[in-house]
Amino acid sequence: MATQQTNTLARVMMAPAVIVLLIWMIVPLVMTIWFSFQNYSLINPMMTGFAGWANYIYVIGDPSFTQALVNTLLLVGGVLIITVIGGTFIALLLDQPIWGQGILRILVISPFFVMPPVAALIWKNGFLHPGYGMFGHLFKMLGLQPVDWFAQYPLFSIIVIVAWQWLPFATLILLTALQSLSEEQREAAEMDGANAINRFWYIIMPHMARAITIVILIQTIFLLGIFAEIRVTTGGGPGYASTNIAFLVFRTGILSNDIGAGSAGGVVAVIIANIVAFFLMRAVGKNLDA
Amino acid sequence: MGSISLEHVNKSFGDVQVIPDISLDIKDGEFVVFVGPSGCGKSTLLRLIAGLEDTSSGTILLDGVDMTDAPPARRGLAMVFQSYALYPHMSVRDNIAFPLKMAKLPKEVIDQKVDYAARTLNLSSYLDRRPRALSGGQRQRVAIGRAIVREPKAFLFDEPLSNLDAALRVNMRLEITELHQQLKTTMIYVTHDQVEAMTMADRIVVLNAGNVEQFGSPLDLYKKPANRFVAGFIGSPRMNFVDGAEAAKYDAHSIGVRPEHFVLTRIPAPGSWEGVVSVAEQLGSDTFLHVQVGEFGLMTIRTDGEETFSHGDDVYLTPDATRIYRFDADGKAL
Amino acid sequence: MARKVSTQTRIGFTIGAWVVALLLFSPILWTALTAFKTEAEAIASPPTFWPQTFTLENFSAVQERSDYVKHAINSIIVALGSTLLGLAIGIPAAWAMAFAPTKRTKDVLMWMLSTKMMPAVGVLIPIYLIFRDLRLLDTVHGLTIIMTLINLPIIIWMLYTYFKEIPVDILEAARMDGAELWNEIVHVLVPMAIPGIASTLLLNVILAWNEAFWSITLTSGRAGTLTAFISSFSSPQGLFLAKLSAASLLAIAPILLMGWFSQKQLVRGLTFGAVK
Ligand SMILES: Nc1ncnc2c1ncn2[C@@H]1O[C@H](COP(=O)(O)OP(=O)(O)OP(=O)(O)O)[C@@H](O)[C@H]1O
Ligand SMILES: [Mg+2]
Repeated sequence: MATQQTNTLARVMMAPAVIVLLIWMIVPLVMTIWFSFQNYSLINPMMTGFAGWANYIYVIGDPSFTQALVNTLLLVGGVLIITVIGGTFIALLLDQPIWGQGILRILVISPFFVMPPVAALIWKNGFLHPGYGMFGHLFKMLGLQPVDWFAQYPLFSIIVIVAWQWLPFATLILLTALQSLSEEQREAAEMDGANAINRFWYIIMPHMARAITIVILIQTIFLLGIFAEIRVTTGGGPGYASTNIAFLVFRTGILSNDIGAGSAGGVVAVIIANIVAFFLMRAVGKNLDA
Repeated sequence: MGSISLEHVNKSFGDVQVIPDISLDIKDGEFVVFVGPSGCGKSTLLRLIAGLEDTSSGTILLDGVDMTDAPPARRGLAMVFQSYALYPHMSVRDNIAFPLKMAKLPKEVIDQKVDYAARTLNLSSYLDRRPRALSGGQRQRVAIGRAIVREPKAFLFDEPLSNLDAALRVNMRLEITELHQQLKTTMIYVTHDQVEAMTMADRIVVLNAGNVEQFGSPLDLYKKPANRFVAGFIGSPRMNFVDGAEAAKYDAHSIGVRPEHFVLTRIPAPGSWEGVVSVAEQLGSDTFLHVQVGEFGLMTIRTDGEETFSHGDDVYLTPDATRIYRFDADGKAL
Repeated sequence: MARKVSTQTRIGFTIGAWVVALLLFSPILWTALTAFKTEAEAIASPPTFWPQTFTLENFSAVQERSDYVKHAINSIIVALGSTLLGLAIGIPAAWAMAFAPTKRTKDVLMWMLSTKMMPAVGVLIPIYLIFRDLRLLDTVHGLTIIMTLINLPIIIWMLYTYFKEIPVDILEAARMDGAELWNEIVHVLVPMAIPGIASTLLLNVILAWNEAFWSITLTSGRAGTLTAFISSFSSPQGLFLAKLSAASLLAIAPILLMGWFSQKQLVRGLTFGAVK
């Protein structure tokens, strides 16, 4: 509590942030919704007027939508599984008494600071390329036929790249949580005769549950919007094999210039994100006071 | 000048009324202490005067000018916080100079005033240190220095000594009293500690649940408590209270006798109460006896340290008839 | 941490950890090494680890082909500009929420966070059209505005969690000392919160630098940032692995260094203070 004057001043000080974010949130969203009910194509200016649900039917009815939806789920799910399990494992390893912990942390966290297109391109060319990628060399050394990863397993390749980028984030957060588990708590457990496996399940995992939830939820926000990695590697192909919802909207709206259909896709993406956000807000909100 | 008047000041936080209705007149140059149990609204009242909180209704006058809605920066008051609230990123010099900088005084004047304050408070050799490199007592001095340089209309202290150890507290108490005698500026001082209240104050405000129970000089409060609450709150150890038939003898609902106002004997005396020593606390100069007196319960008696008593001794207490406080059913003094 | 373990166990864990860490780091290391090889050596099979002929040619080739310097300057302007703008809007807002909270403060914070969750594609089309009509497409200031908006919630949240740790007493002391709001913020709050503000700045520069969606969709030649610059290497042209590696190294090196300094803040910033 402070004085009325301070409170009034506080509102004034908050106003720019609130107004700016309000505009940012409402104006484009309302426009998207509006466009999604219009016939609006940049290629065919003749096509105008109210479209009803046509754009939605067109977008959702197209097989590419189902595929993009499945791809989105596979991409998010695959990356989450790899990063949470891998991250827990690496965090536990880094939390052991080892030499060079500081440098190790720096090495492990580095991929997170690599911008998405760079990450995608160095994987695409330096590692996954059948001719001169590292995996190509390895396969040849083992006497196997090199695999053209992006042609044969496009979505899987993208999952690998994205997982590489996000594994450090998961690791760092889980490690931070792990290190906040007090030494006393562990020692008490040891005194109580808990062995390593029991300690892991009954002491460490419950303590980590909150951090893991947060990792999952925050990564999900970002993973739903994966774009650049697809754009610079497969371009969504072959066909729609590596197109997710975000990229589908871009393809329809910007590349094919169909504003109406693209907007309908955008609205669907917003709805999906909101379902996810709902759970995220509840989890983070609960932890807010802690 | 620095007179402070509160007229029907009321403060609520949401639905909770913390201060129902207070009117007070504090004269220029007076040292006034607010005492009362924890949570009774001492800090709130001080913050209302400072302007750090709004009044819900009522008026606050400084030197006769209505300042109810003025922000703290405009009131010309200085405050010393319990936590000291020094600026950790500034040197001692800059801490003390800060209010002067805010007042946009020229640099030479600032330097001169800071040096003067530092000399007064024995801080000259620490001027370039950060607060974190000072002891608790030194920090307190810096906080006081920061308050005095701007020559405020009045000083507000919120339990400034409660984070210090006992010996230092006595020293700082004397220093603040001395400072008051030297500056002759109005001071309002909030404390839990009744020794501080009794020794420092010109007048004491006893607060209880946001109400002023009594406002008077320390000896007034001791000798003529307005009610049972004040009688119990002022004086250490606490006054002993007796209700019922014994009180009725004195034509009162309850009576109170201070621990120092008993005559203690080993043999019965006329009008004495019989009891058994439960605990004897020997301080050397005094001994506090906790005596179980029949249906009256546990009473505290103060004796000199000459005679020793031990658990189980039978004793007889004779209250000094001229110093028995009488209260009616509402706790009002008769 | 003073857990007692045998030296063997310790060596075992150390080797394990180093293997994992180096595997994770290897794409970056590999890129850095390849950047100094000749094109022929870069694709040699079997590959060489250390560059046989150490060359800087790739870097000059990249500069010539795609003008790294121009893109880097754009990136710096957008990243720094959007972060500073975000701090200018965010510091007063975070001050208000941390020191004069109301019943709704928590809701406002959650709502700000929720704007972060709106998928960019959901608003891409209107933003694209608005930018086209306002002639903001392919401009540095247009992109800076977008970047400010998408990072503002994180900036406010981070500042809020740092400001919460500052005792309100000290700000009240400043008020008593005659400081008006502006002085309270500039002379007391900001200097006390410098470490937190610096962390916020660092993390948001990194996020803005690496942002790829808006910089790719809203810019092309003129205002392109490094994410757009690197995307121009997406279709191979002849021998280009060494040049691509050089370009990649140039694009990530500055931010990698900053990232190493800000890993702690990353946790706090991206988890909105829920993990410290
Ligand atoms: N900002 C606030 N919001 C709601 N209630 C408050 C607020 N500040 C104080 N209170 C309530 O007002 C009452 C008086 O508080 P105050 O701090 O003035 O007590 P105090 O006499 O200074 O106590 P102490 O001796 O423990 O410092 C308390 O019951 C407290 O809970
Ligand atoms: Mg108090």
